[in-house]
Amino acid sequence: MSTPAITFDHVTKDFGNVRAVDGVSLQIAEGEFLAIVGGSGSGKTTLLRMANRLIDPDAGTIAIHGENTQAADPITLRRRIGYVFQSAALFPHMSVAQNIGITPRLLDRPAAQIAGRVDELMDMVQLDPAQYRDRRPIELSGGQRQRVGLARALAANPKIVLMDEPFGALDPITRDALGTDYKSLHEKLGLTTVMITHDMAEALLLADRVAVMQPGKIVAQGNAAELERSEDNYVRDLLRTPRRQAAQLQSLLSGTSS
Amino acid sequence: MTFDPRWHEAWTRLPDYLGNHVQVSLTALAIGLAVSLPLALMARRRPVMRNTLLAFASIVQTVPGLALLALFYPLLLALAQLSLQWFGFEFSAFGFLPAVLALALYSVLPVLRNTLIGLQGIDPAIVEAADGVGMTPGQKLRMVELPLALPVIMAGIRTAAVWVIGTATLSTPIGQTSLGNYIFAGLQTQNWVFVLFGCAAAALLAIAVDQLLALIESGMTRQRRWRVILGGLGLVALAAATLMPAMMRGKTSIVVGAKTFTEQYVLASLLTQRLDAAGLSASTRAGLGSNVIFEALASDDIDAYVDYSGTLWLNQLKQTTTPPRGQLLAELKKILADKYRITLFGTLGFENAYALAMPRQQADALGIRSIADLATHSGQMSIAGDYEFFSRPEWAALQKTYGLHFREQRQMQADFMYPAVASGEVDVIAGYTSDGLIAKYDLAVLDDNKHAIPPYDAVILLSPGRADDDRLKAALAPLKESINIATMREANLRASGNNATSSPQAVARWLWDQIKRP
Repeated sequence: MSTPAITFDHVTKDFGNVRAVDGVSLQIAEGEFLAIVGGSGSGKTTLLRMANRLIDPDAGTIAIHGENTQAADPITLRRRIGYVFQSAALFPHMSVAQNIGITPRLLDRPAAQIAGRVDELMDMVQLDPAQYRDRRPIELSGGQRQRVGLARALAANPKIVLMDEPFGALDPITRDALGTDYKSLHEKLGLTTVMITHDMAEALLLADRVAVMQPGKIVAQGNAAELERSEDNYVRDLLRTPRRQAAQLQSLLSGTSS
Repeated sequence: MTFDPRWHEAWTRLPDYLGNHVQVSLTALAIGLAVSLPLALMARRRPVMRNTLLAFASIVQTVPGLALLALFYPLLLALAQLSLQWFGFEFSAFGFLPAVLALALYSVLPVLRNTLIGLQGIDPAIVEAADGVGMTPGQKLRMVELPLALPVIMAGIRTAAVWVIGTATLSTPIGQTSLGNYIFAGLQTQNWVFVLFGCAAAALLAIAVDQLLALIESGMTRQRRWRVILGGLGLVALAAATLMPAMMRGKTSIVVGAKTFTEQYVLASLLTQRLDAAGLSASTRAGLGSNVIFEALASDDIDAYVDYSGTLWLNQLKQTTTPPRGQLLAELKKILADKYRITLFGTLGFENAYALAMPRQQADALGIRSIADLATHSGQMSIAGDYEFFSRPEWAALQKTYGLHFREQRQMQADFMYPAVASGEVDVIAGYTSDGLIAKYDLAVLDDNKHAIPPYDAVILLSPGRADDDRLKAALAPLKESINIATMREANLRASGNNATSSPQAVARWLWDQIKRP
């Protein structure tokens, strides 16, 4: 088996008296799409942020392509890894193009090259460059902002993309469209993706594998079929809801129930 | 109606006053920014430092502007002496330096507070995103935090600019020429044209600087480079304009000082006119505080001014006994020369003593002729004096000698005391014997039979550097023993009028005409 893209090895993180992440070990293979599902306070965001050293662990090691992140310069590391924030977190004082081109600019790429790359990325995330390039984030809809956030994360050609509830604040149609669009980008660009979500249905539909977190620990992981066999109550609860909704919808739409 | 020449006079002084005002304000603002911006950046993640700095800056802000400026003068004077002792060089603690430092200190609070608040107010998610895209702490500050906090920071800078420009008008008494010269001189000589002119000029300057800063701010937030350039050019143009008065004025070699009352403005103008007439270039630095002016002379910051023997004797030399007039003058001359190397050049020929005065009608009705007579009535009476009178040794001596105890003591602007006592607002005032208003309001001056108040001969003092300047001495020599008390009263009365011929310069010319007349 080749070196995993990301390896968490017995990673622990405390915030004051609270243990946010408790001895978690997890491997994400190259090219894999992993979703981490859990409620608020389960430590999923903390785990994600330790991957690009926005947070440093108290114990355990994290390796990117086999290299211990503690030995790496965090700035270089972050420029190599794409990160998509909840509700996009675009820089409000910069235009769409400036937002997308920020990491290449930090890497001192020539302006012309950045401009070309920005157009390419905007095409990729299906925003018309001519129309949106010079707009401010405040002039965009929620879905458009997150498309820009996605393009910003991809700008410096990262191999790994981390996503923190990227579609959480969007309406269901936009959310579905954006999720599907990203999934195809993930495959087309050969990315390794770790996505945080609290929505089990979204996780199962997009990801190759789902890890379920409950305060500080991973309680189950696998694809839909594997999770189905889990004995864990929380995992069963998580799976029950979308399934029940799907069944109810099905019957409502086919008109058999009234 | 003809055009009031005072407008023209105010206008001709504008380049000098405005230039100096802009110079001192912009320098103070630049220093204030250079100090408070880095301090704010250092303090923002250090709660103890942040709270200490904000507390200190707030305390500074509660000190009245005039007091803060006045405090910097003795402070710098002491520092200048230390520096002379330790490093062998001296700097002038007069005028520009204390004004700039006090105003810079004044500008710290709004900039510090707004920078801290502006940086604190940024959405944490945006700051995280800056880390997430791989910015170094420096890049994060420059590319994200400062631009986002900019509106709040600029609001602080604009507040500071308006405060500094307004407060700079108060730097006149410590020897810094500013638009305050109009206001101080106007207030003293009841020249309301000057007061209005000074206020309007200061307000317009504040608005102009505020708008230039607003232009820069809008350029920075909207990324319109030309706005930033235009605003910056405006500020540079203002700063360049401040160099004009220095060039236009040429080299004035002799500076004549004046304290903050009408007679001083007239006499300083008289001295300046005599020096100019002798072909020596001279200018007036008016509106200086009583203690500032003496120290300024001793350290050669000004070259000459008129003071009064009793004032020097009690306040500067801190003498406790009062010898007879001639002896006092002789001893004063010797001590000034020995201790301060100041030359007592000569007496002008009149006395301007403190005197207790009250409406003649009332004095007659109560049978009050002397201060001793007054003592028996003082318990039911109120007294008004100028801002320094009640803290001067003369007042203590009067109280002690005659057992005076008034129902109420009030401080007021000298020129307002006379109408106040005439209208019965107060019963007695501590006026000046050379003041023309005593006669105008028909006040009775009460006799000081026990000589509690020392003699106050008006004397011309020369700085150490002018001790051997024969041309200067020759130019001023005709003024010795040239003005009697009646003439000076008439001059003061003319100067306290509120019309075109009441400017200190016009009255000084009138005074010279009287002196020339045999």
